[in-house]
Amino acid sequence: MTERHDYHIDGAVPETPENEAEGGAWKKTAVVGTRQAKVDAYERVSGAAVFPHDVTLPDMLHGAILRCPYAHAKVLSIDTAAAEKMPGVRAVITGRSPGAGMPWYERRGEFFGKLFGETCRHEGEEVAAVAAETPLQAVDAIRAIRVEYEELPFVVDDENALADGAPEIHEGGNMVGEPRVRERGDIAAGFAAADVVVEGTYRTECQIHAPMEPHGSVARWEGKRLTVWDSTQGVFSVQGTLAKSFNLPMSSVRVIGHYMGGGFGAKLETGKYTVMAAILAKMTARPVKIFLPREDCFTSTGNRPANTMTVKIGAKKDGSLTAIEYTSLGSCGAYPSGAGSSTLAAYLYKCDNMRTTDTTVHTNAGKARPMRAPGFPQGAWALEQAMDELAGKLEINPLRFRLMNIATTLQRGEGRPFTSNELAACLEKGAEAFGWADAYQRQPVSGHVKRGVGLAACFWGYSGGPPSTVVVKLHSDGSANLNMGASDLGTGTKTWAAMIVSEELGVSLDKIQVEHADTATTQFATSSGGSKTVPSDSPAVLAAARSVKDQLLGFAAEQLEVPLDDLRLEDMMILSATDPEKKLQVTEVEMLSRRGLLLGTGYRDPNPEDAATFPFAAQFCEVEVNMWTGEITIPRFLGAHDSGRVLNRLTYDNQVFGGMAMGIGLGVTEERVLDRQTGKMVNANLHDYKVPTILDVADDHVCHPIDKPDNNFNSTGTKGLGEPATIPTAAAVANAVANALGVRVTDAPLTPKTILRFLDEQGKEA
Amino acid sequence: MAKKKNLPENPADGFTRRGFLGSVSAGAVVAAAGVTSRAEAVPEITDPEAMVPAALRINGQLHRLLVEPRWTLLFVLRERLGITGTKAGCERGECGSCTVLIEDKPRYACLTLALEAEGKEITTVEGLLDGEQLGEVQQAFADHDAYQCGYCTPGQIVAAEGLLRINPNPSEAEIRVGMSGNLCRCGAYQHIIHAVSHAGEGRKKGGGS
Repeated sequence: MTERHDYHIDGAVPETPENEAEGGAWKKTAVVGTRQAKVDAYERVSGAAVFPHDVTLPDMLHGAILRCPYAHAKVLSIDTAAAEKMPGVRAVITGRSPGAGMPWYERRGEFFGKLFGETCRHEGEEVAAVAAETPLQAVDAIRAIRVEYEELPFVVDDENALADGAPEIHEGGNMVGEPRVRERGDIAAGFAAADVVVEGTYRTECQIHAPMEPHGSVARWEGKRLTVWDSTQGVFSVQGTLAKSFNLPMSSVRVIGHYMGGGFGAKLETGKYTVMAAILAKMTARPVKIFLPREDCFTSTGNRPANTMTVKIGAKKDGSLTAIEYTSLGSCGAYPSGAGSSTLAAYLYKCDNMRTTDTTVHTNAGKARPMRAPGFPQGAWALEQAMDELAGKLEINPLRFRLMNIATTLQRGEGRPFTSNELAACLEKGAEAFGWADAYQRQPVSGHVKRGVGLAACFWGYSGGPPSTVVVKLHSDGSANLNMGASDLGTGTKTWAAMIVSEELGVSLDKIQVEHADTATTQFATSSGGSKTVPSDSPAVLAAARSVKDQLLGFAAEQLEVPLDDLRLEDMMILSATDPEKKLQVTEVEMLSRRGLLLGTGYRDPNPEDAATFPFAAQFCEVEVNMWTGEITIPRFLGAHDSGRVLNRLTYDNQVFGGMAMGIGLGVTEERVLDRQTGKMVNANLHDYKVPTILDVADDHVCHPIDKPDNNFNSTGTKGLGEPATIPTAAAVANAVANALGVRVTDAPLTPKTILRFLDEQGKEA
Repeated sequence: MAKKKNLPENPADGFTRRGFLGSVSAGAVVAAAGVTSRAEAVPEITDPEAMVPAALRINGQLHRLLVEPRWTLLFVLRERLGITGTKAGCERGECGSCTVLIEDKPRYACLTLALEAEGKEITTVEGLLDGEQLGEVQQAFADHDAYQCGYCTPGQIVAAEGLLRINPNPSEAEIRVGMSGNLCRCGAYQHIIHAVSHAGEGRKKGGGS
């Protein structure tokens, strides 16, 4: 079984209870918007934070999973006899074990696989699992399991998967649904009206999430109650899947995810390993821990699909766009998931005639999962390079060309206004801070090192929204607890939440403790992904704090015998506007001491109807390309972001720099390599798969927030940041490289090999 | 004796990085081979009786325990002693999450056999604390938000400590090289440079741990 792991809540619009407390947007802030070290900094830098991988329970067993070594094979027989007899082995399960034959990989009510594959459709598909007294005994035992496979023909190449006679991965062919087409206007007429048309094919390679904490869980049963410590982005999502998988009431499933070592989308969906740990724990009546070896995290826990994209854009001489045609082919791997990339092309720029087509195919490779702005960095790679090509043909500065074509509404149906759109400010202020005008004019450095600059723009296509429920508790000593279900992936969720409580109530940050990401003790929140945690949950935090404040001032008004609207709360003091004598410390409010606690509940208000909300961004970079070696260095990168109000400038900067690092990975260093002879991943390790190191990112990173609250969208004026931080990065590098070389390198990653290949081809053409 | 048979004929060969890694990472390969001709080649596990005594000095405390010769220092720290600040990220010397100091030098604990570390001073991230107080590098990482999820962070901090012990005043370029053995997927590198520079300045002034 599996849940839909989209960022969206399917079906009906979520019901949103009304907040008791009123209160408009902040006019000025004292805490919000400052630079604050994370409230859990001590835990994270001292070694005290207990990550799921660190959890050890009394009497705990260790699990290991046996995986299919072939790209496509049928399991004929499994002999576990030898493994079962090995020292320390307490349980061995396969798909034939009781309770372990459950279906998995669901799409629209249909299941495409099983917890343990009978047919294994990619290298790394799960075949058996073991629980033993020690981790090494578990690994020893899976090696002793004998499996007879019938190898099947396989296909790992996206285009070959659609060819006649390609091996079928599921019955009915390798196309996943029908190609998704978006269309407006008449593209034929649009191209006919164009003075200039550019057309090109662009390619990005498959990127692996590679969070530093491997995927894994610890499962413990107490009778019919199941508790799981999981490295997850969404404890409530995992709770729902486990309840369904074991036919338990949700109230009997507790999922805890206080700390987690990175996800980037890979840890949105419930892992098979979690369910296997729970099955093994049930069988042995002992807690079981399964954490995956790094290799398995490469083959079997998701990826950003490779995309092959064609872009054709037409424009008038004055620079206005007349038509955009965009196609994308991508593979979601062996089981259904998304591999589209067209959204940016459809909506970023104003153009009356547009047609995009996303085709998704199955291949014998690990299933894709949403990865930091699914589809968007790939789309930016293609669209933003094509825009630069077009600007070049029109002899218009790429900055001005984009400014001329910003979409002022969401061009869908009749068109919908944006609650805010500061893309022009991102481009203009970013360009100013970067020194674009001078840098773009500058002559390339002579000799074999060429210098260039590039920029790229984007929006991110999801805004967040309800449901979210948050509880704030004010104690009689003036300290506070904040209770929210959201995961903190390291982005600083707990910290901005505490800052909002501090802003409203005046409680200092060191007197606020945040309880979060525990299905038994915290309030429901949707998973942390899609840059939606801030815009979804921060208004609920604000509403909860305001509820506490209203109650506090109400009691103070009675105690001081003044009208409620005469009072204000400032630095833990309640003050009267008219009578300076009438004042109370928060801790002197009698009803607070008598009750012992004031409890405020806040809900996320609905999003505005008939308007669209996107974060926007523009990034600028300078590169140096060594023509002899093909190596790229990036002296500087600047991100100008419109993500609404900045809650914490320190973690905001960090998020932007981190997004750029991942984007540099997509654009310059990272590439999953599948061997066409065997269908196996040949670089399933962190040595051969090049996650950017500190030497690969830019020498200097600058974050330039636009920081304009979007008060039309939600009460905190916030929009998301994590995804837009990585969307334009690779495209900006590609544009800078093209600017440096005078040759456009259309294939990612821009490794020395790729650069030299393109230079060579260009040399031959010349 | 059965015990003896389990040990490699030439112990030195058995404990090289290559041989050791081969034995650990061969899981999928051997499982696959189990199908065909090498079914009989299922490796024997080390007899628990073959465990050997080890004395490890970790963060100033001596720990005496029995270890299997194949156990890494990382395994012993996390699974045997419950010292979990040191993280496991790849267990094959690629990510740096498990970095510890051995005699002041940053080392990957996943590539160090516990027995190799005997008799040497081992320092983990917990060992950089002064009582409950954060050490200088830890404080700099906290102040400069030089991390996001925090999973690679203990390794980063220990690597920075090792760098500053041999070079208390590193240039930005030296920091980059010194920290290049530690991956951070969240990409907090810019802030890591700020933190290490700042901690270096503190050390130069004679402060700190």
